Order: sequence, then structure tokens, then C-alpha cells
Amino acid sequence: MNIQRLLAMAYKETLQIWRDPRSLAVALLMPLMQMGLLGYGVSLDIKHVPLCVYDQENSQASRAVVDDFTASNWFTISHTIASEAGIRRAMDRGECAAAVVIPVDFSRTLAATGSAPVQAIFDATDVNTTNIAMGYAQGVVAQTNATIAARWAASHGVQPSLVGRVDFEPSVWFNETLESRNFIIPGVVAVILALVGAQLTSLTISREWERGTMEQLISTPVTPLEVMFGKLIPYFAIGLLDAAFCLAVAVFWFHVPFRGSIGILFVTTALFDLVVLGIGYLISVRIRNQLGASQVALLLTMLPTTLLSGYTFPIDQMPTAIQVLTYAVYSRYYVTILRAIFLKGSGLTDLWTPVLGLVAYAAIIIWLAARAFRKHL
Amino acid sequence: MSPDNPAVLAEGLTKRFASFTAVDHLDLRIEKGEVVGFIGPNGAGKSTTIRMLCGLLRPSEGRASVAGFDVGRQPEEVREHIGYMSQKFSLYGDLTVRENLRFFAGIYRVPHHDLGERMRFAISMAGLEGREDVLVRTLAGGWKQRLALGCAILHRPPILFLDEPTSGVEPEARRRFWDLIHELAAGGVAILVSTHYMEEAEYCNRIALIDGGRLVAMGTPSELRQRSLGGDLFEVDCVPLGAALKALGSAQGVVEAAIFGDKLHIVLGQGGLSAEELPRFLAEREIRVGSVRPATPSLEDVFVRLVSTTRETRAAS
Repeated sequence: MNIQRLLAMAYKETLQIWRDPRSLAVALLMPLMQMGLLGYGVSLDIKHVPLCVYDQENSQASRAVVDDFTASNWFTISHTIASEAGIRRAMDRGECAAAVVIPVDFSRTLAATGSAPVQAIFDATDVNTTNIAMGYAQGVVAQTNATIAARWAASHGVQPSLVGRVDFEPSVWFNETLESRNFIIPGVVAVILALVGAQLTSLTISREWERGTMEQLISTPVTPLEVMFGKLIPYFAIGLLDAAFCLAVAVFWFHVPFRGSIGILFVTTALFDLVVLGIGYLISVRIRNQLGASQVALLLTMLPTTLLSGYTFPIDQMPTAIQVLTYAVYSRYYVTILRAIFLKGSGLTDLWTPVLGLVAYAAIIIWLAARAFRKHL
Repeated sequence: MSPDNPAVLAEGLTKRFASFTAVDHLDLRIEKGEVVGFIGPNGAGKSTTIRMLCGLLRPSEGRASVAGFDVGRQPEEVREHIGYMSQKFSLYGDLTVRENLRFFAGIYRVPHHDLGERMRFAISMAGLEGREDVLVRTLAGGWKQRLALGCAILHRPPILFLDEPTSGVEPEARRRFWDLIHELAAGGVAILVSTHYMEEAEYCNRIALIDGGRLVAMGTPSELRQRSLGGDLFEVDCVPLGAALKALGSAQGVVEAAIFGDKLHIVLGQGGLSAEELPRFLAEREIRVGSVRPATPSLEDVFVRLVSTTRETRAAS
């Protein structure tokens, strides 16, 4: 490889990116857009579930139950209604996702037997939300129970029983506030790198074929390796810059905790960048028109990175066959590493398997890419 | 390149695409400082031959050496010694004149201390002084082509392959382009240039005429004229034309006779009627002769004739 030719190639490519509004937009605006969209738009948290209350009794005790629901922040009362049919109507209109029905004899039953039923109804068209909302509702009711027990004990002048009670005290690690944003945003970096890296490079060779400049280029003594590295250098730099931008936004704007080492993050990001650039370049060599190349690039990078990397859908919830398939998805390794570095502060000793996976992937892709380009028509 | 090697030597060069033979056992020899015109109809195999000689296409059969290097086995060495202009304009339109030159200078590893001088030369050769920082896509055809030539000779290659460099370029710019070609040839550069402008064939030292992938004829323009006609062409002013045509048509030594406007064109071969005997021969047959003058057939006529006779003999065999 000759340094003069390599630099000539890299400089030319940089000028071309700089003068191409489309490339610039992908390189500069895409990360901003994606970060904003995914950072603000994608949230798996459920707060303020609209709740429909049908309080048949309307006593002090029943209102206390309703207050517990509102105080929790998980629910917001959207309707207070006076008939069973009202629940159905509100749910049909999508105005509430859950309903609480307190029976007319609530306080009487409670006083007589020490326990009273409260009915909760959920709109399960969105299973995910329902599951979480049900969990929340149980939490609220447990809270109510504790309060009632304490009050009953106080009013009867007895100590609340200390025997036969199990207290469940969940302790959440690594993402203490249980914000799905902290879990999603590190993965966004992978999505953006895959998108920007492969999209831009997928055009780099096909553009030269389309415009006829390739025929001139391959009539010169430039070697395939000089073409590849010369072309990839500017895109590599763009990838790293985009990644740095996204990571900074994640930490300083979205306040995602960052607990790991910047060094490991840099090395693994560079590796991932190499993989996606290599894939884009391979596509570009094989498909000699820009439109086709960019579509295949989307298919081979965005699709697996959003669906199969564990970025949004947990891998251990997938069917076994798909789980096995995810090992072939390079983003899987990077997303794992990103989350571990961000939230757990893991070091190389913990992460050597995904890092090794990424190294192997990068080596294979670059080897294939280096062999793919031939100086023939 | 050793001094005794021809710049380009092709022997039995053949290229097949599936069942189609684009170039069929082509022999070609180009010496240093020679401008060889590559002439033939579209699809004759000109571009394919040039691409093989540049190492861009692998020959299916036969061999060729350029600057003494085998195009099949040493394509990189070949590329070090050639300049190539492809048929389609192939500089970077989104780069400026200077940026294009700098890029190709880098790719050809032009030494740093030579860079300024060679770029100035290329810019002045292309007539682009003062427009160095203009985006190339905004240039007119003639400038683009001269700049492409400038880029192709930055590394001072001893051999140039120019594939229809003047197509789509206005006549005056074409003329300037050919002046450049001759300047380069005077400096010892061997040049193979394809064209479909027949008048441009006149500017070449030798012409390689190609049709259906095969070399039909090769020689200087005057050699080709002779060969195509099988003799020398004369223009005869006489009356009546019909009788003269009939008389000459059957005379010995007359290869061909035809009415051309209000005159007669006849081709006289060896051993038979000579130009000097012609007036008397016609006078004996009561034909009045005004003048007998040697005529120059246009190269277009020559090519059409050579191609059609070759096609006939091929069809017959």
C-alpha cells in the first residue's frame, strides 16, 4: 500500500462527501434526528395509565382506595362514572386502559370480614401495557392493604402483627430508576452507526460505476486495498464523530448513566464502525447501482440491528432458533457491550466474549471486502 | 520499456462474451511516437480492444504486450506505463479542475517537486488557466476532454489509449485536441486513438481498420487508398459517358469504372491499360476526352469499400 495514493484517495472521497448534500445530510442530520426520535419517542415505561373509576359506594374508605391509585403516579383518573356500561364505553373509545370498580358494600364488608374485593378491569388489546399496568395495580392495592391494616390495628389498640408477614423489598440494579430510556439510548448508537456507516459506504463504489469514473480509476496503478482503505478512512472518521456525538447526547442531554471506561467504548465502537463500513463497502462492490446498493444496505444493517440485536426486543424472549440466529448479527455484540459499559460499568474481563465476537466479525468482513474489489470491468 | 520493443504488440488477441466474439484474433503493432487511428463502425470491437490493452478486460485468447509487459499477467505494470481516456467522460464532476489533477497526480505518484510544474502544464494544455477552481461538471465538452487528456498524461506515460476522445466535441475543439496528440507523439509517445470521424483518420500516421472484431486493414492513409481500390483512381472527363463506361468496363487493366456526377471514375490496376494510353484508347472508340486526372478517394469511401469486400470474402469462405 502506498501512502501517497491512499491519501489522494481519502482526500478525494472527503471532498466528494463534502459536496454531496445527500451524504452530508445522512452523516450529520441522521444522528440528530434518530437521537431525538428514539430518545424522546421510544419509551417502554408506562406512567399515567388512564383509569376509569366506578365507585358504587363513595364512602371514606372507597375514596381512600381511589386516592391510592392517583397518588401512585402510575394511574391518572380519566373518568369517574356511574354505570357498568360507562366502563365499556370509555374503553371502546380508548379513553381509559383500566377501570376500578368498588362495590356498593365495600366498607361494610371490609369492616365485617376484614377484607373486601375491588374489581380491576384491563383493556388487554396492548398486552405489554396491560401486564405492566396489572403489576402496578397490585402494587397500589398492596399499599392500600398495609394502610388499612395499620389503621385497623391502631383503632383497635393493638400492634400490627409482626408474625407471618413476608416483606418483598425489590432492589433494582444498574438502571435504578427503571427508565427504559437508559436501556434504549445506548443501543441507539448502534442503530445510528449501522445506518450512517453502511448507507454512506454502500454508495461509494456504485457511484463510481454509475458515473463512469470507475473505468478511469481502474486504469491507473491504484491497488484494490488502496481504493478500499482510501475510501473508508473518511467514512470511518464520520462514524466515530457521529458515535461521539450520540454518546455525548446520551450522557449530557438524556442523563443516561455512564459507568464504564471510555477507552473500551472507543475501541469497541471503532470495531463496530469497521464492521458496518465493511458491509457497506462489500455491498457497494457487488451492486453497481446506487439505489440497489442503498436498499440492500438497509436490509442488512438496519433490520437486524433494530430487530435482532436485543436493542428493543430482548433476545432471551425470542424463540430458540431466532436466538441462535442473533449470534450472526454483529450488532448484538455491540449492543450488549454498550449497555454493559453504560449501565454496569463492565470491563474487558466481563465483556471478552462479545468483544471477541466483534473482533472476529470485523476481521472477516474486512478480509472479504479487501478481496471483493477487482480491477476489471 | 526496452528500446527495441514495440510500444504495443497484440497477437491473435480475442475477446468473447458468452457466444459473442467482440474481438477476433486481432494483430496490432504500434511503434514509439506513432499515432495509430482505430477506425471502425460502432460495435466493431474498438473499445473492447483498448480495454484489453489497458488490462481492464482479460483476453479470452491470444496475447498482447504494452510497453513490454503482458496485459494478462502484468496488468499493474502495464497501468504504470499507460494513459487512458475512456469513451465516457470519466473525471470527477464534483471536483474542481485542480482537485482532479491533484487526485490523479497522487494516484500516479507524481513526485512532489514535479507536481506544480506538471499541473501547470496540464492546465495550460487544456487551456484552463484562470479556471482551476471551477467544478469540472460545469465545463464545456472540449475543455473536459482536454482536461481528461491532461489527467491521463500527468505521469508522462510512453503510451496513450484514447477511446473516442473527440466524440461530441465541437469541430474547432477537435482540431485543437489533435494538435495536442501530435505534440505528444512528437515527444515519442505512442498513441492509439479510436474515432468515428473519418476526417480525423487523415491525421493519423497509420490506420487500423476494424470490423466485426477483425482487423480489416492496417497502413498509412495512402496505402489503404491503394489497397482498397486495387489500383489508382482517375477522373475522366469525356462524352458520351455511357459508351465510355461500356468500353472501359471490359478493357484489360481496368479494375473498376463508374459514373461519378458528369465524369467517369476508373481504377487502373497493374498490367493493362495505363493512364497515358487512356485518351487514345477512348478516341479510337469515338469518345471525346476532355481530361484524365488522378483523383483521391475519400477515406470514407476507402473504409466502406474495404469493409464490404472483406465481408464478401468472409461470407464466401
